[in-house]
Order: sequence, then structure tokens, then C-alpha cells
Amino acid sequence: MTSRFSGWSLLLGGLSGQRRWSEQWRAAEPKRGYDAIIVGGGGHGLGAAYYLAKEHGIRNVAVLEKGWIGGGNTGRNTTIIRSNYLFAESSALYDHAVKLWETLSQELNYNVMYSPRGVLMLAHNVHDEQVAKRHIHANYANGVDNEWLTPQQAKEFCPPLNISSELRYPVLGGALQRRGGTARHDAVAWGYARAASALGVDIIENCEVTGLRRDSNGEISGVETTRGAIESRRVGVSAAGHSSVVLQMAGVRLPLESFPLQALVSEPVKPIIPCVVMSNTIHAYVSQSDKGELVIGASTDAYTSYTQRGALHVNLHTLEAVCELFPAFRRLRMLRNWGGIVDVTPDRSPIIAKTPVPGLYVNCGWGTGGFKATPGAGHLLAWTLARDAPHALNSAFTIERFRDGTLIDEAAAAAVNH
Amino acid sequence: MLVIPCPYCGPRPELEFSYGGQAHVARPTAASNPSPADWNAFQYERANIKGLHAERWRHIHGCARFFNVIRDTTTDEIVRSYRSGEK
Repeated sequence: MTSRFSGWSLLLGGLSGQRRWSEQWRAAEPKRGYDAIIVGGGGHGLGAAYYLAKEHGIRNVAVLEKGWIGGGNTGRNTTIIRSNYLFAESSALYDHAVKLWETLSQELNYNVMYSPRGVLMLAHNVHDEQVAKRHIHANYANGVDNEWLTPQQAKEFCPPLNISSELRYPVLGGALQRRGGTARHDAVAWGYARAASALGVDIIENCEVTGLRRDSNGEISGVETTRGAIESRRVGVSAAGHSSVVLQMAGVRLPLESFPLQALVSEPVKPIIPCVVMSNTIHAYVSQSDKGELVIGASTDAYTSYTQRGALHVNLHTLEAVCELFPAFRRLRMLRNWGGIVDVTPDRSPIIAKTPVPGLYVNCGWGTGGFKATPGAGHLLAWTLARDAPHALNSAFTIERFRDGTLIDEAAAAAVNH
Repeated sequence: MLVIPCPYCGPRPELEFSYGGQAHVARPTAASNPSPADWNAFQYERANIKGLHAERWRHIHGCARFFNVIRDTTTDEIVRSYRSGEK
């Protein structure tokens, strides 16, 4: 059994040479059946399992992960958290997640290193400025903090920023969400896994779902996996870029396309950039990890792919923009780059909903911005699965909105061009 | 970066092309009296195939013509390309 973390436990761990820590969650073998199955052991799926056990009393739950937990997009993103989306439905959804982030370390007894250091989104032309201010006003109306900074104020908030008027795309100001920031992505997966496992959830790695079973009424009756068939009347799919692959096993077609999205990190340096800086127009996207690496997010590739890598010119494009905004970064070497597969919807808003198949639920379509929503997405998928009905916060994020013409178009707020 | 075999100009770097999405998605005809679900399927639903994917590309910085490519989305290997209207 895992012990509770505290100042004393860390001190004792140090005094005993860090050799007495136990495993943080049970390595479970698949049972014959469960009350609920979550497909996908990323932050969203582990979060859903945790909230099923914690808030809905459904503890006979399995999380099935084809690789290792947190090894997909949870471990591949740029760890940015914010909720400054345009529409009421979206800002409520993302702010729900931000509120959960604020107390998540205490909730899980696991330090997810949530750091509300501020997210600054730059404007470089008149259109940018108008869009940014429209977002600020919409956020204000929805009770979400977001404020306009002049170039000088942006420079004060982020000293390495180049606000010279000589730039090809000079900084005309920016929108700052102070509650936005970063968190430690691995710790989110591990913290949810540890807390869910302690409540009885089985976390089963190296277990790929290869089929969805349905009974004679068409209802979900279980899954087929690389480790055998497992029965369950309720299955929640939270498989990011592979969500449409899994849902097709039950004949459900989704408005999704999966693209590689790249990120890269520099060699570590001392603290140099105190916040997150993003620019839609020239596509800069940079923050600094607590290890000191600059964490840089690039665009999606032009074409759909499942390769978890992308083209070099996509990264170069982002680096050019970053180096123009931060001339001091030009001498830094990049250490690593990688790609994750993101499932993009036509309106850049997610789907957290029931599917046409009874007993089958889905959390997908987060596109380039799923990490920030991790606690909220898990919480709402658990709610929808447990009650067979959406929570008020995700009732608009259905699959049917595309058929019915009630899209929630967040293409401007999604920030990464795709 | 992909090297894309334009059926008109030969192999050229990806930067010369723009991506046109899944190929052979047929627009419903008025005669078929399409329902909202039919329009949804045409407009938004995609196969999103993990494997061999038929897709449109346009050689926008070349001959400017549309054509089709078969690409394996698990490796990005391009199997072949063919002109619009061909199979």
C-alpha cells in the first residue's frame, strides 16, 4: 500500500537514502470483468477513473493502456494551462479544469507542480489586437481573468521579450491570463494513477484494445484486448489521437482527423523566462521548465499521420519566431524534439459525450490543447459515464453538434495554427 | 518533410504542396435528397485511417493542380500518386 506523502515522509525518505519508497500504484492483471472500463491511460483517462471511484462510488474500474501510462500525449505536450477561450461554453469548460488544477496537488496528495505563472498571448497587428481584446471582454463577461498589456507592460512582465518596433512583426501588446501557467505533466499521470489505484482501480499497461464487444441489443458488453477479452457494460474511450480508431471498432464515425504535433526542448539554462509566451500570428510558443529547459511548441503537420514525428521545417518556423521575440535564445541548442498525435475537430472544441452506442462514451477531439483540460476532462467523462448523461459543463460538447449546426468555433483561441 | 510525386511534375518537396484532406469524399447530390446526417458525413466525418490513406494534394507552388496520393499514415511512406479522376 502506498503511504501518504508529507514533509516527514520526505525527510525520512532522505535519511534512509531514498531506498525505501514503495511502488506508487499496483501493477494489475486484467480481471474477467469490470463495472466500467476506461480505454487510454493518459491524464484524461486516469483522471476519469479516479473521479469514478472518488465521486461516483464506482471502484471496480480498469484503465487499459496500450503502452505505459502517461507515455502518449500526456508526456508529449508543452504543459500549458489556461482558460481564456472565447465562447461561454468553452470558458466554463476550461475554467472548470483550472479550478481543479488549483487544488489538485492537495487533492491527490501528489505534487503536480501547478505553477500559475501567467500566460501572455501576443498581438502583432491590428487584427490580433482586436481579437485579443474581444477575447478579454468575453472572458470578463464569463468571469475568467484576462487583461490587456501594452508593449511596455508586457516587457515588464516578461523582461527578455523583444518589443522593438524594428521587428517584422512588432509586439503591439498582449493578453495576459495570470491564473494560466504550467504543471508537471508526468506527475499528473502518476498522481492520478496512484490515487485511483489506492481507491481500487486496476491500471493495466501494455494492453491494447483491439475490439469493442456488443450484445444482441447493440449495447456495449466488453472489449477485446491484446491480453484477452474483458467484460463491461460501460466503456469510456479517452484515447486522444487514436480515439477514432477505437470508436470505429463499434462503427462510430467521428468528425476527427489526427495530426502530428511537435514540441522541442533546449539545453537547460538558469531561469530566464518567467511566464508562458505565445503568439498565434508568428507561431511562437515558449515557456521554461523547472529543470531549466525552454519548452517550445510547434505547429501540427499539414497532413494526417500516426507516426509521432513531424517535419523539420515545422519546428524551424517556430524557432525563427521564438528567436525574433527573444534574441537571447539564439545561441541555445535544442536537445530533443518529438511528436504526439492530436485528434482535431472541425471547430477545435472537444467532444465529451455519449455515443450512439449504449454504454459507450467518449472524451476526444482536444486537438492541440488537451493537457490544460486534464482534470476537467477526467471529471466530466466520469460524470457522463456514471450517470449516462452529460454534466451541464459538457452538455454542448456532443458528437451531434456537427450534424445540428451548433458548433463551438474556437479556432482563434486554440492558438496553435492547424 | 515528404517528397511528393506530383503526377504532372515529378517528385518535389512537400513545401511546394498544400494538403487537401481525404480523397474521394463525394458531395451528396440534390437528387438524393440529403438529410442533415448526410451533410454531416460529407462535411465533417472522416475515415482518419491508420494505414493506407487516399488523400488529395495540390501542387500549389508548381502546376497548381489537384491530384491524389496513397500514403501509409503509420510510416508516412507514399505508395503512389494518381491524377484526379483516375483510380
